[in-house]
Amino acid sequence: MGKTLYDKVFEAHTVARLPSGQYQLLMGLHLIHEVTSPQAFSMLEELGLSVLFPERTFATVDHIIPTASQLRPFRDTLAEQMLVALEGNVSRHKIRYFAPERGEQGIVHVIGPENGLTQPGMTICCGDSHTATHGAFGAIAFGIGTSQVRDVLATQTLSMGRLKVRRIEINGQLRAGITAKDVTLYVINRLGVNGGVGYAYEYAGDTIERMSMDERMTICNMAIEGGARCGYINPDQTTYDYLKGRTYAPANDKWDRAVEYWNSVRSDADAAYADIVKFRAEDIEPMVTWGITPGQSAPVTGQVPAIADFKADEQESVKEAYQYMAVNPGAPIAGQKINVAFIGSCTNGRLSDFESVVRVLKDKSYKVAPHVQALVVPGSMKVKNEMLSRGWDKVFTAAGFEFREAGCSMCLAMNPDKLTGNQVSASSSNRNFKGRQGSPTGRTLLMSPIMVAAAAIAGEVTDARQLFGIV
Amino acid sequence: MQDAKRITLSGQGIVLRGNDIDTDRIIPARYLRTVVFDGLGKHAFEDDRVQLKQSGQVHAFDDPKFAGAEILLVNRNFGCGSSREHAPQAIKRWGNGIKAIVGESFAEIFFGNCVSLGIPCAVLDAASMERLMATIESEPKSKITVDIQSKKLEVVGGSSFPIVMGDGVRQQFLEGRWDTTAELLANKEAILATAKKLPYFNSWS
Repeated sequence: MGKTLYDKVFEAHTVARLPSGQYQLLMGLHLIHEVTSPQAFSMLEELGLSVLFPERTFATVDHIIPTASQLRPFRDTLAEQMLVALEGNVSRHKIRYFAPERGEQGIVHVIGPENGLTQPGMTICCGDSHTATHGAFGAIAFGIGTSQVRDVLATQTLSMGRLKVRRIEINGQLRAGITAKDVTLYVINRLGVNGGVGYAYEYAGDTIERMSMDERMTICNMAIEGGARCGYINPDQTTYDYLKGRTYAPANDKWDRAVEYWNSVRSDADAAYADIVKFRAEDIEPMVTWGITPGQSAPVTGQVPAIADFKADEQESVKEAYQYMAVNPGAPIAGQKINVAFIGSCTNGRLSDFESVVRVLKDKSYKVAPHVQALVVPGSMKVKNEMLSRGWDKVFTAAGFEFREAGCSMCLAMNPDKLTGNQVSASSSNRNFKGRQGSPTGRTLLMSPIMVAAAAIAGEVTDARQLFGIV
Repeated sequence: MQDAKRITLSGQGIVLRGNDIDTDRIIPARYLRTVVFDGLGKHAFEDDRVQLKQSGQVHAFDDPKFAGAEILLVNRNFGCGSSREHAPQAIKRWGNGIKAIVGESFAEIFFGNCVSLGIPCAVLDAASMERLMATIESEPKSKITVDIQSKKLEVVGGSSFPIVMGDGVRQQFLEGRWDTTAELLANKEAILATAKKLPYFNSWS
């Protein structure tokens, strides 16, 4: 029996079996940001320890940074204090920091890949659950807590259990207008928000193999929403083409040796999996969430499901979702009024995400509905500058979208971009939890960037394929 | 200093019903704008608590009958969502401090964060959890003992339930090895040796 990529990477990075039976796992790349690292540095300093491999930790600021103006000091004194703490920590411990003032800042899961830091066959961790994103490159990448950030700073290792591997195969041709976001929401809908607990998800099949790196990142980003701590895709030529020439990617004579290693970690054809699940790409429609977990979703052509469609032990949560979202079972998904539209986040804040929207907006006279505030927030300063150089900012602003500075923005309510009252948001982000977007009674409908754009223009959830004539 | 060993944990229970309770609900994101963990306890479940109060109901964390509880009882996929350690930190710092959590299942990262804080998360099957929750709701002053050694939960003077916990983590608690930094650092030579074998740690040479 062969091995999976997970097995190979896990074994190559195992330092020791700890007395408890847990594994001590070496981390190849450690990313940090301002929210989950300050306490870790404090703990480290209290223990009188230093950073063991400072050259393997990279920092940026993303969660708290405002997107309207990034001038310092920030108006929010708590946010300013957090950034000052980060700046002090990276300077004291000689950690490379992707700083806003140098035009390098961005969402941690956008800048890792775009700088070539994220590479196949690595172990990658960050105090952020969406670290799963980096699995798109064939890395084992997962979120950790602050005490574990301390451990990685001090030892470059973590105490971990070993996961089972589920292969999720998606084969066939996606229909026109169907995006990676729809695929990942569909998988979560089918396997449940806790279906992946105890698993690493290996996404495979010809549909996945045809996807770009940006699309693969969208798929792996939401593995955690399905309960899987990490998701990955075996590296291939698409991965290598993306990496070649990036700042931290191997170059010259090192490139061939790197590719050799990267190929060697791919899952073997006869690898053993805990289980295999298969889906048909043709079955996937534009997905929209109607509830308060990312699994509570339906095709835009469908309805809010009836209580009887759920197992007995899920029905309480479903009732809670109906009530919080103020939706009725049987109501059509399309037609729900929205107040806010948000395109961005580590799920959908990359160049190709915006390109998919620019393609339908360009040279057309679409306008954001008067009652809707629509935000376009690039995932990094690099993404923003690339958009500016292509004139995409003008395409968005002409249609009535606000074009903002890079950051996490309205995904998570830690910066000034927040819902108010019981506003409804059409969002390309990853979580529709109660209160997630900043108002304790705010409501989030997750969907793809192009579906968010359609909702912004129509003022309500609508099938982007019809609005934009995508066939 | 408190003994690091977690062999039995006892206290009154608090029943928090619901599946998929995420970390945004455990500690709303606005309270993550801090460089310390102090003071998070009073904000645990804040938005849920306020909303229930407004609708004339009482959240478990506001219910006087559960005041002083130290063992939290939950349902399925508790702690899903963000990796924020602020969530278990808030639970640990609420009231008297929660010492152990018993649930039908836990989200992976939340579980790991609890281990780092010395808070065992034990798993109980759904039917047993329903019975246990009903018992504690009707007799909230009952004392619960979570016995990591013999893998059982006992309502003192009442029922006993088998709990599930992975062997590795269980050993960490029994031996007081959940605070991992020193243990990991003790293997420094093995860390460097492993790094030496990985081509990308060595400039692809």
